[in-house]
Amino acid sequence: MTAALRLKLENIVKEYPGCRANDGIDLTVEAGEIHALLGENGAGKSTLMKVIYGVVQPDAGTMTWNGHPVRVTSPAQAREMGIGMVFQHFSLFETLTVAENIALGLPPEEARNRGELDRRIREVSERYGMALDPRRYVSTLSVGERQRVEIVRCLIQESTLLILDEPTSVLTPQEVADLFATLRQLAKEGCSILFISHKLEEVRALCHNATVLRQGRVSGDCKPAEVSAAEIARLMVGDDTPISTRVAAAEAGDVLLEVRDLSWQSGDPFGTSLKHINLDLHQGEIVGIAGVAGNGQDELLKALSGEIRSARDSLSFGGVGIGALKPDQRRRLGVAIVPEERLGRGAVPGMTLAENALLTASSQRLVERGMIRFGKVREFSREVIRQFGVRCTGEDSTAASLSGGNLQKYIIGREALQNPKLLVASHPTWGVDVGSAVAIHEALVRLRDEGASILLISEDLDELFQLCGRIGAICNGRLSPLAPTADLTIEQLGEWMAGGFDNGEATHAAA
Amino acid sequence: MELLTNVLAATVVAGTPLLLVALGELICERSGVLNLGQEGMMLMGAVAGFVATLTSGSLLVGVVAAILAGIAMSLLFAFMAVTLAANQYAAGLALTIFGTGLSAFVGAGFVGESIDGFTRVAIPLLSDIPVIGRVLFDQDALVYLSLVAFAGVWFFLRHTRGGLLLRAVGEDPDAANANGLKVLTVRYLAVAFGGGMAGLAGAYLSLAYTPLWTENMTAGRGWIALALVVFATWRPERVVLGAYLFGAASILHLVLQGLGWKSSTELLAMLPYVVTILMLILLSWNPARTRLNTPLSLGQPYRPGR
Amino acid sequence: MLLLERRPVDSALMRWTSPVLALVLTVITGFFLFLAMGKDPVEGLRFFFITPISDLIGLAELGLKMAPLLLCAAGLTVCYRAKLWNIGAEGHFLMGALGASVVAVQLVDASGFWVLPLVLVAGVIAGMLWSAIAAGLKTHLNCNEILTTIMLNYIALNLLLFTVHGPLKDPYGFGFPQSVMFAESALLPDLIPGTRLHLGLAFGVLAAVAVWVLFARSFIGFQLNVVGQDQRAAAFAGFGARRLTWFAFLVGGATAGLAGASEVTGPIGQLVPQVSPGYGYTAIIVVFLGRMHALGIIAASALLALTFIGGEMLQIAMNMPKATTGLFQGLLLFYLLTCDAFIHYRLRLKQPVRQSTPVAASAATQEA
Repeated sequence: MTAALRLKLENIVKEYPGCRANDGIDLTVEAGEIHALLGENGAGKSTLMKVIYGVVQPDAGTMTWNGHPVRVTSPAQAREMGIGMVFQHFSLFETLTVAENIALGLPPEEARNRGELDRRIREVSERYGMALDPRRYVSTLSVGERQRVEIVRCLIQESTLLILDEPTSVLTPQEVADLFATLRQLAKEGCSILFISHKLEEVRALCHNATVLRQGRVSGDCKPAEVSAAEIARLMVGDDTPISTRVAAAEAGDVLLEVRDLSWQSGDPFGTSLKHINLDLHQGEIVGIAGVAGNGQDELLKALSGEIRSARDSLSFGGVGIGALKPDQRRRLGVAIVPEERLGRGAVPGMTLAENALLTASSQRLVERGMIRFGKVREFSREVIRQFGVRCTGEDSTAASLSGGNLQKYIIGREALQNPKLLVASHPTWGVDVGSAVAIHEALVRLRDEGASILLISEDLDELFQLCGRIGAICNGRLSPLAPTADLTIEQLGEWMAGGFDNGEATHAAA
Repeated sequence: MELLTNVLAATVVAGTPLLLVALGELICERSGVLNLGQEGMMLMGAVAGFVATLTSGSLLVGVVAAILAGIAMSLLFAFMAVTLAANQYAAGLALTIFGTGLSAFVGAGFVGESIDGFTRVAIPLLSDIPVIGRVLFDQDALVYLSLVAFAGVWFFLRHTRGGLLLRAVGEDPDAANANGLKVLTVRYLAVAFGGGMAGLAGAYLSLAYTPLWTENMTAGRGWIALALVVFATWRPERVVLGAYLFGAASILHLVLQGLGWKSSTELLAMLPYVVTILMLILLSWNPARTRLNTPLSLGQPYRPGR
Repeated sequence: MLLLERRPVDSALMRWTSPVLALVLTVITGFFLFLAMGKDPVEGLRFFFITPISDLIGLAELGLKMAPLLLCAAGLTVCYRAKLWNIGAEGHFLMGALGASVVAVQLVDASGFWVLPLVLVAGVIAGMLWSAIAAGLKTHLNCNEILTTIMLNYIALNLLLFTVHGPLKDPYGFGFPQSVMFAESALLPDLIPGTRLHLGLAFGVLAAVAVWVLFARSFIGFQLNVVGQDQRAAAFAGFGARRLTWFAFLVGGATAGLAGASEVTGPIGQLVPQVSPGYGYTAIIVVFLGRMHALGIIAASALLALTFIGGEMLQIAMNMPKATTGLFQGLLLFYLLTCDAFIHYRLRLKQPVRQSTPVAASAATQEA
């Protein structure tokens, strides 16, 4: 065993009721190495990382740390050993200050002197180009700044292994570049980095080595810079899954939805307000909205679905002002919505698929004089399952028992079978296996070809460029201009995502 | 002046049980646990304190017994709501129903008995201050204890690491767990503290306010305290203010009668409850204010490990 | 060490065994309680659970106590399915009794078939008005319904006390705080002649059936279920939370109001301060014990009705405090919630090492 070997995992097994998340995984990380852990959602990345950080205990397997066998029983112990973790959904407390958040992760004697702690936070954050004010409340920080807090916290704890879980999914392209510069500097100083991602190009640009997981097992190791993205993708998804959809261009028709100067003031101090949004959507086209999470995507979706109501004429649908209508009224006019959260919003977890059909499809003659027609409900539900290849034990399976991809296919199918004129989908393939993602993309394109308008809200730029005819970005509740995909560079879109565009009136003119 | 002083002094006395129980519940809720069992814990504290004092002849033994009874009750709740991750609403209701039944059962043989309760002890010098001296420093020992408890809770939340831990767990138990904090331990301790304070509040009723035991003698004070914590937006200094305000409302009928006002006692007895509803209405005028201070995980069970 | 572990799927079996288990645990606890008090436990349990219902009169008394419990519980079921924590059945009940009494006292000389319906409707309306306050406070002012309904219960009680001491007091009642006896035409007919069992029980059973239809067949029942299980899905689907809140509260107020009206026009025949021994609170236990299901609440209301009669029986026969009733009810709910945890969780022994290879198993035991 060389001294330079920082972390070695052998044969890690972790089983949850009904699923073997890690099935004999080996992994080594050297000092100063940036190591990628790749895999689809559900491949076992998160579990492995929780094992390393002591959040969960493996059922079997060994972990060797700097040459010594160890058993990590708690995150506190992991931190003491020098393992730091940056979570995907940050483990920060919004109502506490930056310094208080960092103090919570330190031993009491180090945290006691707040002045000294503030000084250290400033020093560390400046040294790595991540300026931070220790006195600010986390709730006032942007997503990118919050990530810095997590990284600085690890550095103050003198971590020698930094685990980053999908760190770029919440960042603009420019912020990603800054993060990579910081990580390279850290690696040069001897810190090891475990970089968890499913974005292949980023991994190829940053990482020295990669371990690919599939269904809880290691499906391959490689040097990402030396192999193509397609080869890595094959390791991730296996041989029999189609990796992407081919999308033929389409001719857009008449304007279906006009959004005119849509503004909405959020009552929630942590929420985002919508500011002067203008947007035209034509029949038979897919329009994409990019943006970093929490910039008003959810509010925009709610304003379109009717969960947030606005002035009657701020939304015009086929010439009818629908701004003041409720969700079920809009649905009857042909508006279909696929929200970001499948479980808990798009579907009720404890209810069966048939019951979940009733959630949005009651107007498909499933209810008569206030009474539910269960026969029709089941029939409708079976049709969705059949047409969209939903893998389940039948319409009596609960929504919670389906995998993310299958549930998403069911939800999209439920909306598609109602022949919507407009479909608004938010992150439809987030956390979905590649096979389902392809099926979902195909369903969206099919709807488009049948003449529906589709608004696709997504953080996945690849997805947007692949599917959309026009793309814009949302930042802090404002919508950028929309540009035809062919004329749009990723740099331009990144600038829009960071807020670099003119005000709402200009947006309308450009669109 | 004399009347005002008397009224204010009586207000403090009437507000003290509310203050005690609300401070305990505030700590409990700050950890993310909503314990609707205050009424049950107070009743158990009241009956335990009374019976222990009656049999031992010592008020101190009574107070200790009341606190222990409150803690024991709260641990039952914690077992259901924290360990078994049961619905906190249901578990709290169960605690109140159980405590009401058990206290009546235990106390059935002691109705009509009487004890020498706490008496006023003037603090030298301080009690000579005009008005304030009589109102705050010529009271019984438990009133002083309630003020000390307030100062302690205030200091704990604002200036100690324990307070920071408590707030962190209450805001986001998942993040707290990821940070290596012991969520369940913190919640157990917070619930137990709430139980002890509720027990003490019960003892105040049966050992100082009216030194005797009757069934349901808390008369909804545990519920009012719950409203009080919401009204105070989880801040101890506002809890004090609110407790004395409610105290004033509950003695208002005595004052009005003293002034020669003729009205039905039953109608006047509604006042504290009406005031509570008015307070809740007043508070909801600005939901954003509540939202900023609400412990975000309040009422949500937490199970680590997945 | 025992480990509590989430089941992959909730246990349907446990959902219905849990109440039975809770009852068994309550009986066992009762056994030791009697022992501790120096009473014969077998005798005590017999007096509590069996003696009260060993003849027709006893069964009729059981039905008499069941009626208000079942009515209140039916309304609360509608609320709790939608996770609206309405604790106000007691207040609705008292207001129903008060509302019915106000009308009945005015009609004390009237006769005719219309008197009783009018009195009952007055009770229903009074109950609905009272629950409407809580509904409005919730939907328009965001007030927590638990706290408002509890406060409204205390206010209702004081209002009732005020009226029996004041406006509705029988001037020839020797100073007792109670109203005049109602006219014969305002009284509920008996179900079984020779007993006190009255039509109220039929109302209760009808309410339970209505609840069954509501949740098994109707779209509004489905909407209530969705609101209860997943508020964000309900908002997404466009099931108006306000409308459903009003619906649930009004149903809750109506049934509990009817229960109160049936109580004063049934066994009591006048308005008295102790019109309710806590039916509205006990109904909460009925709902939980009955799994928020029509058949379940019928069975549970019978059991809890028994605790009222059993408590009285123990008081008479064994000189036990009347509070035994409350104690048994509390224990029952307590054990129920504990047992309910095992619907979602199961116990497992120590560290879960299963199906691992011999190498992995030995490696796992290696310590730092």
